[in-house]
Amino acid sequence: MTTMTSAALESQPAIAVRDLTVAYNDRPVIWDLDLDVPAGVLMAIVGPNGAGKTTLIKAMLDLVRPAAGQVEILGQPYRKSRDRVGYVPQRGSVDWDFPTNVLDVVQMGRYGALGWIRRPGNRERELALEALDKVSMGEFADRQISQLSGGQQQRVFLARALVQNADVYLMDEPFQGVDATTERAIITLLKELRSEGKTVVCVHHDLQTVPDYFDWVALLNIRKIASGPVSEVYNETNLRLTYGGRVAFLSRDAAAPATAQAAVEED
Amino acid sequence: MFDLSTAQMEIQLVAIVVAVACALVGVFLVLRQMAMMSDAITHSILPGIVVAFFIVQDLSSPFLIIGAAATGVLTVSLVELLERTRLVREDAAIGIVFPALFSIGVILIARFARGIHLDLDVVLLGEIAFVPFNRTEIFGIDLGPTALVMMSVILLINLIFILLFYKELKLATFDTGLAAALGFSPALIHYGLMSLVSVTAVGAFDAVGAILVVALIVGPPAIAYLLTDQLRLMLVYSAGIGVVVAVLGYWMARMLDASIAGSMASMVGIIFVVAYLLAPQRGLVASYLRRRRQRWEFAGIMLAIHLFNHEGLPSAEQENRVEHLQDHLNWNPDFADRAVRWAERNRIIVRRNSHLFLTEEGREQAREAIVR
Repeated sequence: MTTMTSAALESQPAIAVRDLTVAYNDRPVIWDLDLDVPAGVLMAIVGPNGAGKTTLIKAMLDLVRPAAGQVEILGQPYRKSRDRVGYVPQRGSVDWDFPTNVLDVVQMGRYGALGWIRRPGNRERELALEALDKVSMGEFADRQISQLSGGQQQRVFLARALVQNADVYLMDEPFQGVDATTERAIITLLKELRSEGKTVVCVHHDLQTVPDYFDWVALLNIRKIASGPVSEVYNETNLRLTYGGRVAFLSRDAAAPATAQAAVEED
Repeated sequence: MFDLSTAQMEIQLVAIVVAVACALVGVFLVLRQMAMMSDAITHSILPGIVVAFFIVQDLSSPFLIIGAAATGVLTVSLVELLERTRLVREDAAIGIVFPALFSIGVILIARFARGIHLDLDVVLLGEIAFVPFNRTEIFGIDLGPTALVMMSVILLINLIFILLFYKELKLATFDTGLAAALGFSPALIHYGLMSLVSVTAVGAFDAVGAILVVALIVGPPAIAYLLTDQLRLMLVYSAGIGVVVAVLGYWMARMLDASIAGSMASMVGIIFVVAYLLAPQRGLVASYLRRRRQRWEFAGIMLAIHLFNHEGLPSAEQENRVEHLQDHLNWNPDFADRAVRWAERNRIIVRRNSHLFLTEEGREQAREAIVR
């Protein structure tokens, strides 16, 4: 773990966030954030509601204009590294009654590579079917998207990101509201991406699963509380700093607080 | 039966071209849940038309279209500006912006354009019957009614825009965030579409008036949405419904001796009600039939499970009698009778001497239902 970690730190970070401040109407959502995401990690962004997790992802993708600071992905500003970045927005951010089918939505992942005006063809279709197979949704290609369950919607979004064939993936709550089978399928896929050397960043809510799923973590609450390898920074002190007093800790082993598991009390 | 004069043909052609042009851009407005924006645009283009008219002094000048289209885009920007303050929501912002602009237009006409041929009634309701009188000539050759020439050009522009940017429009409508992340400027697509809506509304107001344009922009796409779940077909159906609305609306007006624009808008309402009732998947009748079928399917499965649970037990002799269904399942005799007949028809059970037995198929279905 440590050797891999130091190796990751030495090379150029996949994502470098410098002095990032984002505000909506003078209300800061992210305060002066510095964050390095080493290449090849599977990273969780955790923090309470309103901590700026989604905003951070959006700032990385140039979807919100920062008040200060900058983000570089693979050593370049986003608009230059765009075709190496895959994006999975929150499932609830789109209208699933839109008149189209699964295959069509997955092909949208290729639109960036196609550019303006050019239409998707056979190649795009094949890539989309391949990606659907990877998320075990091959037989749903012709299904109307309005007929999908929450877990299936999430897999379709994941397949859409896969066809982008990116080096860096930014995912906003990929595990939100999915069934246990889908959750296992998604994490297997994310680990596969990591083993292919890709960098995956997920906004994540389930504090219990962080140590099992991720090897890198950023704790965020408007400012950065900590970031680094899960084994080093995912501990009770940092979680308490991030969530305030609203965290109940279920230490599996009191002698090893680094592997402490935590659960957020419901508000 | 009917003797079609050239004028009648021309009026219907104009109506068709107007309806199709509106129906095409309308699809994306409806899908973006911005249908009411068409209401705002069609009203607020009035001051644009008036001001442009003061400048060029010609009601059929293309500058009128440009002036009005600019006001339409201005309306959209003002609504979004208000919305961004987070002090008012979109619907309220629309309700503030368009009456303000519209009333400016009304005052301008009342104060300065009295006596000139810029009639408020015409602006609001249009007069498609007069369309053949106003003709466009180039080098002395009659190209047809000005409205027809103008709307054909606008329809062509709409078609080209949608065909060229179909993929971009679809992506930006379905998932704005991804569109922006992939480098397709959703704002550019948005304002491109809004400009088209404005231009279409200006072109159409001459024929059907500012208010009834809304019916043609929102109606056919909303009907098409009931009939299909493919965007491509939704565009085709929407255009087709536009044609039907134009032709039937015209003939309804002829028969009732009523306003053509009014009849077209009423036709939109009538077709919507018919589609709402009879649409193959989402219509009321279809969902009623579906619910009824599901009710019998469920009753059949209940019956199968009941028989399955008692199969081979000593109690089976008692439990599988038709009369006992009433006591044990608490079904009324009529319902029990119909459920049994449904199950027989679908080969879930067979009846022998008023005793019910599962078929192999019924046993399989019961087993599946229980396991799941």
